[in-house]
Amino acid sequence: MEPKNIDDLIAVNEFCASHNIEISFIDLLQQNGLIEISTVESKYFVEKERLPQLEKIVRFYYELDINLEGIETITYLLQRIENQQNEIIKLKNRLRFYEG
Amino acid sequence: MNYIDYYKILGIDKNATAIDIKKAYRKQARKYHPDLNPNDADAKKNFQQINEANVVLSDPEKRKKYDKYGIDWQHAEQFENAKQYQEQSPGFAGQRYSGAQFGGGFSDFFESMFGGSANAGRSRQVKFRGEDYYAQLQLNLTDAYKTHKQTLSVNGKNIRITIPAGIENGQTIKIAGHGGPGINGGPNGDLYITFSIANLPGIKRLGNDLYTHVDIELYTAVLGGEITIDTLSGKVKLKVKPETQNGSKVKLKGKGFPGYKKDGQFGDLYITYTVKIPTHLTERQKSLFTELSKS
Repeated sequence: MEPKNIDDLIAVNEFCASHNIEISFIDLLQQNGLIEISTVESKYFVEKERLPQLEKIVRFYYELDINLEGIETITYLLQRIENQQNEIIKLKNRLRFYEG
Repeated sequence: MNYIDYYKILGIDKNATAIDIKKAYRKQARKYHPDLNPNDADAKKNFQQINEANVVLSDPEKRKKYDKYGIDWQHAEQFENAKQYQEQSPGFAGQRYSGAQFGGGFSDFFESMFGGSANAGRSRQVKFRGEDYYAQLQLNLTDAYKTHKQTLSVNGKNIRITIPAGIENGQTIKIAGHGGPGINGGPNGDLYITFSIANLPGIKRLGNDLYTHVDIELYTAVLGGEITIDTLSGKVKLKVKPETQNGSKVKLKGKGFPGYKKDGQFGDLYITYTVKIPTHLTERQKSLFTELSKS
């Protein structure tokens, strides 16, 4: 994997402090393969571009009381929905091509 | 402005305990939470109602006020004046909810009874992410062909965005942090822009391939020759084979549309020839065609 620029990373402890969550929760997510953690000089980071996904997982866990297995399933299904929505866009454009 | 039955919204009765309320809220929120229903305006509306019901019923002070005045909510202000509370309920302190981040707003009924914010009456400030904004942007094929910057006006603020080449009609991109401002130091919401891309006259796009019709002279079609055509990347010289039939197609590889976020990758351009039959023939031309027809 390409080394990330430090500007593209968010320190895990800062993220946890700002969201009022335990660092152990982030460890748990990593252990379950739900997020990737980068290590730079013995400090743990998450990629900025993964932040919305991580925040979504935090909301699922703390607000909706969904366990990690549930989050994993939901994440997979949401990805499928997104793929299908993209497919619908393509098909609509194809229809427009033939109807237009 | 109508009375809102928060108990009905959460599907609980008036004797529900704090635990019942929490359970009911979570059950409903799992159905309608915007994270689980992306781009679903109905779900968002439902979630706002559920969130509002939870904000009121999970706070003992608000619930008491709501229960006391309920349908007679117009008199709530008198109640407010008579009884000012300062302390926050211990049962409410640890609870998270982020309703305000998903379009946030509370109903007029809520605002009339409790003030404009979910934090009314609470000493502790909770951070909320700002509202997400949704916008639609119209482009034509020429605009979408090249990566370009465009300035948009969103809620009175100008923002300059980069639109990558090859964006698809109907595609939505997210501009992080350009939604509504966060509340109490919370992060800003995001801006979602959906693109509507019109075809150009005579050019159609299908994925990354482009399709167009080109007129050629009868003589060029019969004898072959060279023509110059306009493409989105500029003029292109094209050899026409002798005896080209009307309606025949040729493919110009790599002269189509650029792939979205795929540098250097282009679709193909498909050209359909339309052979133009000459009109207003001179006598000499007519006689030559007659001669040809007999040969």
